[in-house]
This record gives sequence, C-alpha cells and structure tokens, in this order.
Amino acid sequence: MTLLRSILLRLATMAVTLFGAAVIVFFVIRVVPGNPIAMMLPPGASEADIARLSAHYGLDKSIPEQFVIWLTGVLRGDFGTSISLRQPVMPLVLGRLPATLELSIFALVLAVIIGGATALAGTLWRGTKTEAAIDVANGVGLSVPDFLWALVLILLFGVLVPIFHISGRISPSAELPFVTQFYVFESIARLRFDLWWDLLKHMFMPALALAIPLAAIISQLLKQSLKETMHLDYVVLARTKGYGENHVILSESLPNAVLPTLTLIGVQFTFLVGGTVIIERLFSYEGLGNMAIDAVINRDLPLIQGIVLVFALIFTLINLLVDMTYALLNPRLRHA
Amino acid sequence: MLDGRGAVGRKASWRLFLSGGWLVLIALLAVAAPLISPHDPLEQDLFAGRLPPIWMDGADPAYLLGTDSLGRDVLSRIIHGSRVALTVALIAGLATGFVGSALGLLAGTLRGRTDLVISRLVDIWMAFPPVLFAILLIAVLGTGLSSIVIAIVVIDWTRFCRVVRAEAMNQSKMDYIASAVVAGQGRAGILWREIGPNVLPTIVALLTLEMGIAVIVEAILSFVNLSISTDAPTWGGMIAEGRTAVYQAWWVLVFPLVVLFLTVLSFSQLGEGLKDRFDPVLR
Repeated sequence: MTLLRSILLRLATMAVTLFGAAVIVFFVIRVVPGNPIAMMLPPGASEADIARLSAHYGLDKSIPEQFVIWLTGVLRGDFGTSISLRQPVMPLVLGRLPATLELSIFALVLAVIIGGATALAGTLWRGTKTEAAIDVANGVGLSVPDFLWALVLILLFGVLVPIFHISGRISPSAELPFVTQFYVFESIARLRFDLWWDLLKHMFMPALALAIPLAAIISQLLKQSLKETMHLDYVVLARTKGYGENHVILSESLPNAVLPTLTLIGVQFTFLVGGTVIIERLFSYEGLGNMAIDAVINRDLPLIQGIVLVFALIFTLINLLVDMTYALLNPRLRHA
Repeated sequence: MLDGRGAVGRKASWRLFLSGGWLVLIALLAVAAPLISPHDPLEQDLFAGRLPPIWMDGADPAYLLGTDSLGRDVLSRIIHGSRVALTVALIAGLATGFVGSALGLLAGTLRGRTDLVISRLVDIWMAFPPVLFAILLIAVLGTGLSSIVIAIVVIDWTRFCRVVRAEAMNQSKMDYIASAVVAGQGRAGILWREIGPNVLPTIVALLTLEMGIAVIVEAILSFVNLSISTDAPTWGGMIAEGRTAVYQAWWVLVFPLVVLFLTVLSFSQLGEGLKDRFDPVLR
C-alpha cells in the first residue's frame, strides 16, 4: 500500500515537472524576435499572405490562448505541425527518437563495461601502479566533457587512424530494408550483420565520447565501494576459507558494493542523454538532438516544443525508474 | 605504512601547481594578447590559406602554428580566443555561483515553502537537456557576451543550488546553530555569519568547476555559430571551422582543441585540489 502511494506521489510530481517544463519552453520561445512565418515565405510576400499563414498555424492568437490550444492538443497526442518541415511534429519526433535511444543505450553499455572493468582491475591490483594509473585516467575522464572527447576521438580514429566513420548514422550507399527506426535492433533481428557492423562503425565514436565521463564516474565509485567491502568480516572470512582473490571480489564484494553505483548510473544517464544533442551535431548523426538544433536555427516553434517535451519526458521517466529500482533492490527503503 | 597525509598533500600540491600554472599562463596570454600575437587575428591572406605548422613541409615561418582556410594565423587566434574564454569563465562562473548559492542557502536554511518552490524549480530545470536549453536561450536573447553569461547562469544555477542547499541543511542541524538561535541571533545573522562561512569552501570548489563548464558552453555555442559574434576569434569557433576541414588542415582543429582541453582540465583539477586543501578531514 505504501509502495503504491509513493509511486502515485512520484507520478504526480512528474506531471508537475513536465507541466512546468512545458510552460517555460512555451513562453521562452515566444519571446523570440523574428516572425517564423516570414522565414517560410519567399521575399516579397504580401502582408495578407503572412497574416493568412500565421492564422493557419494559430500564431495570430494571444500567447495564453496559444498555450491552451497547444496543451489540449498535446494531451490528445497532437503536438502541432512543424513550420519548417510542414509535417506533424509527433511522427517527426518519433521518427528520430529511436536513433537517439540506440545511441544513448550503446553509450551506457560502453560506460558500464569500461567503468566496471577498470574498477575491478583497480581493486584486484590495489596499491600498485596500475591502480594509480586508473585513478589518473578517471580524474581526466570525468573532468573533460563529452564534447571534447568527441573531437579527440574524431582526430584519433577518424583522421589519424581512420577506422571509424565520423559522420552519419549509416553509409548513404546502404540499401535499407528496415521498417522501424531501431536500425541496430532490426539489423540483428533480420540477421543483416553487414548493416549492423556499418551502424556500429558509425555509432562507436559518438557513443564512446558520451561514455567516457560516465565510465570514469562508475569506475571511481565502484572501486571505492569495492575497497570498502574488502575489510568487512564476511569478505575476510571468504578469503580465510581459501577462496582466490578473483572469487572474493566477483562473488562476495561486488554484489554488496554495486547498489550505490546503480543509483548513480541512473542519475548520470540523464546527463548522458542530454549530451546527445551536441554529440549528434558533431557527428552529423540523424537523431533527435540534431533535429532540435535545426529547429532552433529555423525558429520552428512547434517542433522545438515537441522535442524539448519529449526530452523532459525521457529524463523524468529515467528518474522514476531509478527510484523504483532502488526501492526494489534496497529492502530497507521499501517501507520508508 | 606511508604517511597518508603527506601523500595527499603532495598529490594535491602538484595538482594545484600544474593546473594553476596553466591558468595563469592563459590569463597572461589574454591580458597581453595584442602585444604578443605575431599577427592580427582577423587579418586574412587568401594566398596563405591552410599553411601547415612550422615543422611541416610547405610551411611559412611567419605562421608558427599554420593558418586556417582564410589565411588567418592560428596562433594569434588562439591567443586572442583566450580573452573570450576567460572573460566568460570569470563572469559567468561568478554569476552562476552567486545566483545558485543564494537560492540554495535560502532553500536550505529557511526550509518550508521557500524550499518547496526552489526544489520544484530545480526538478523542472533538471528535465531540460542543458545544451539544447542554452542554444534555445541564445536564439531568444541574441548573440553576444551578456547573452552567453545569462544563458550559462540560467542553465547551470541548479548545480550550486543543489549542493549548497544540502550543505546548508547539514549545517543547520549542528549545535552551533542552535546556540546562535539561543543567543538571539536573527535569521539573517545566522545565514550570513554562521552558515555562510561554513559552506564557502564548497562554493569555491564548485566555482572553479563552473568556470571550466562556462568555457565549454561558450565553445559549444561558438561551435553551432551562436556565440559572441562571427568575427571575434574564439576557441569554439576555430574548432567548428577545423571540424569541417579536418582532412585538409588538421592543425586548425588540433591546436585550439589542445588549449581548450588543458584549460577545462585545469579548472576542474584546481577545484579538486582546492577541495582537498580545504577539507579538514584530509588536512
């Protein structure tokens, strides 16, 4: 009962947050000078044409009126029509969202693998030069943001040793048999490993750039938690029973040390998803973030609103999921 | 066992020395830019476009780090770019720190309705992707230094607010605050004289971190062509140009990138080093 109530409470705060985000974006972008309609029409269009088109997009009404119209539409799943692309916003956003989700999830997997492996290595070889090197790498990894790592990677693996592609999501020459936008998943499902490999070669650098700061944070925290458990009685007991160091770390320490790291990954994952905006731009990757920057440059108000709201929804959903996983994994909190 | 305190002290001082040294160097470059730049950073020479750095074939010794596609001197542009970077770092960092810390202190000490409103605002802010939010704000405010400062304050005040609020709440629970209340100090006095000084080390460490972030945000905005102006040389602007011609002239990307990388790293390491210095447990 208490769990249900706390979930309902969380959903209510989530709704408030999303509403707040919608209000702020809606009003901020309407302060923009410059008429988005005038940008659509050829120069020399008459005042009457501009007025007619403004009315078509509902931009002739007062701002609060526009907000009510937009919000009632959103609640029915209608996000309006993109001004620059002249298509409904919802299908446009849904068409790009899978690319961004695939990139974010791939980056998360990379971060967990790199962060987890270095944390385990650092614990196994604690007190040695290896651990010191891992500490330095972690310090640099989390001080420098994804934007700079992306540029470093472009130079290393795009120019110096050109083994990965530096722009796009898939080679333009590839013929795509896909019916969904989840290219990576669908290429596996269709057993088209040639396309899968091509996708991966495009995704690897942007994903690694997003993963490096998170990997460093995971490595740092997990290593610290692991080392703290090393002195606990049950770990010492396992060691005196004659279990090897690898077994002690993997089977005894890790399950008990992993909880704080899991919580942290959840929170940090929202930062990673936020980072996709500029990283997609850098790699000309056709995701939601890249579309968002174009939308801002073209003053495409309905599209900007739609994309920001979808991002806000993803962020709040991740936070909700983190809290719920934490409650499930941590029995002490279940009845709190 | 080794003396742990000595080890920490040595590590921290090396870190402070290297990161502080680099930032002082960049600051000197920024101050003396017109005196030490070998060329006018805006001067174009279309016959000297994309010259490589001096140690490569086909270089012109007048251009130490080569030229970009318009024949502008890369070194001079990096030197002048440090002015924008450091100005943004200082002004935006301090302004963000002030706004965020003030709200965090208010929320953490007054609690109640103030805390509820501020915390809800933080939640809403955390639901925006920061880079997109910054780009949106610049589109609204127009380009220019003050717009960039405002955009950075608006997107990043929550970083200070969250940390300072938590810290102020911890401090409020301590005995010395209870004593101050008994001694008859008013709320403002407690906030200013008791809690303020105790959260200051946290704020200072966050501040250097924020300056590094400000430099990055400025670079990102220059990269999408939404920064100071299209004319003034900025590291981000150089990187954007270098990215488009990376196969023809890698040096236009590499040199500003290295400088930006070291500057951001130094700001963050300076903050870490200062935090260790201030931390009474480690000291």
